[in-house]
Amino acid sequence: MTANSIAATGSAREMARGENSAPIISLKKVSKVFANGTVALKEMSLDIKRGEFVSLLGPSGCGKSTALRIIAGLSTASSGSVTWPEEARRGKPAEDGGHEISFVFQEPTLMPWATVFGNVWLPLRLKGVSKRAARDDVIAALEMVGLEDFADSYPRELSGGMKMRVSIARALVTKPRLLLMDEPFAALDEITRFKLNNDLLHLWEKFGWTVIFVTHSVFESVYLSNRIVVMAARPGRVVEDMAVDAPYPREEEFRTSPVYNDYCRKASNALHDAMEASAEA
Amino acid sequence: MSLAATEKKPENVTNADPAVALLDAKSAPGRTARAKRILIPLLMLALLLVAWSLYVWAFDVPHYILPSPMRIADALVSDWGILGPALLVTLKITFLALILALLGGVALAVLIAESKIAELALYPYAVILQVTPIVAIAPLILIYVPTTQAALLICAWIVAFFPVLSNTTQGLKSTDHNLLDLFKLYGANRWQTLIFLKLPNALPYFLAGLRIAGGLALIAAVVAEFAAGSAGAGSGLAFRLIESQFRLNIPRLFAALFLLSITGVLIFAATSFISHMLLRKWHESALKREV
Repeated sequence: MTANSIAATGSAREMARGENSAPIISLKKVSKVFANGTVALKEMSLDIKRGEFVSLLGPSGCGKSTALRIIAGLSTASSGSVTWPEEARRGKPAEDGGHEISFVFQEPTLMPWATVFGNVWLPLRLKGVSKRAARDDVIAALEMVGLEDFADSYPRELSGGMKMRVSIARALVTKPRLLLMDEPFAALDEITRFKLNNDLLHLWEKFGWTVIFVTHSVFESVYLSNRIVVMAARPGRVVEDMAVDAPYPREEEFRTSPVYNDYCRKASNALHDAMEASAEA
Repeated sequence: MSLAATEKKPENVTNADPAVALLDAKSAPGRTARAKRILIPLLMLALLLVAWSLYVWAFDVPHYILPSPMRIADALVSDWGILGPALLVTLKITFLALILALLGGVALAVLIAESKIAELALYPYAVILQVTPIVAIAPLILIYVPTTQAALLICAWIVAFFPVLSNTTQGLKSTDHNLLDLFKLYGANRWQTLIFLKLPNALPYFLAGLRIAGGLALIAAVVAEFAAGSAGAGSGLAFRLIESQFRLNIPRLFAALFLLSITGVLIFAATSFISHMLLRKWHESALKREV
């Protein structure tokens, strides 16, 4: 693939995703100070547009998970504001945005006493959807992750990778507009992680969600995202915001392409600088 | 996407609890192991009974000191008119106390886990109630409560309810924080979080408490009756046991003891079985890796 065609595909995609729409979520000078005085996040500003796949990349302690939790509403900012401009424009109350967010944790976080079906049904069940009414959506979500034959299995009967798929299916069953993922594949072996990376990309391309993906892997962030936000620690802050202008679909060949290497080097350097900045602070 | 099939599932899992493993008969090697598990204890029992009988016969031990197993069996049959109703009384108190302990223990555990104020107000007194020996409280309860039966029930309840309370509280509080976050994210209310998350999570802890409480309810029912020293038609096995001792009716004493032991064993087996049935599909304690 030539450099020209890459650029062309890249820009076509950006146009398709609507460059001038309001951001789906907007963080303005968001800070988080914990009770013990630790500054987990200092004046983080970030606009996420619809359809973006954004990776938050940084060393541990840089506040990337904290940022994600604040966006999810699981934690509150000490100062600054989190707004949902796109929701607001459509006249929806801010807190309603919460229903369209899904969160995937580092651990599969499944209920061991419930079957795969029961676990995926959970988000709908909590909204009062009966088992019968939820059936089609749950099976569809399981089909997306290739686990439709395991609906009646219990989590302990599944491998680590399959558990993570269930966790992803549970996140997808609500048809979220914003998918938050906190190092979801960090605990998996590399082969399984690569497989899930590809599956996630396919689903993202097909459904056009917005994804915020926390990772400490340079390679993973370059492979998946079209934008990488590099963060430094002590205090947690954004130090670099770089685009990854490589076209999708990205397949295994992408991992060995020069473009991929270039972006890995760039991201790696940015991360290196971020770590130095963390050490100095 | 059909990659799931290539990821391998963990090995097959089977029952780990020996008491329950007896119940399912599937594999041939398992059957031999199960046969051994039944035969060896039975053989041991037979040996002990024979040795006991021989000892009594050889040394001509008087039955008011140590009766032979046969004589105890005789007593069990001939005194059934006395022992049977007594057993029924003891069983009634034990099970009523256990049921009330389960209800009270779980209700109080939910209250304590959901409300910090309730915890601060109630938990210390639950502990004090538990650590004070029941034999020491029993006389007081006997004074304040109108009937002996009610007093016995209260004693047994006090002893049985604490393991249920403390275990269930522990279970409710040890809910996975990520799952709690997940419930919060999906807008679960307090009630939904309790029903769908905290209570199922507390189930294994509760069942461990149940196994302890079952045994304790029987022990407490007996101890309380010792302390109460009730008599007449409404008296339980403990009273019959003491009465037999006073009358040097040692065969009947052994027969009463035998009934108490069997009751204890059956309660333990029943609670273990309930626990296994409820957890066998998902909990680590009910599963064993095939090697």
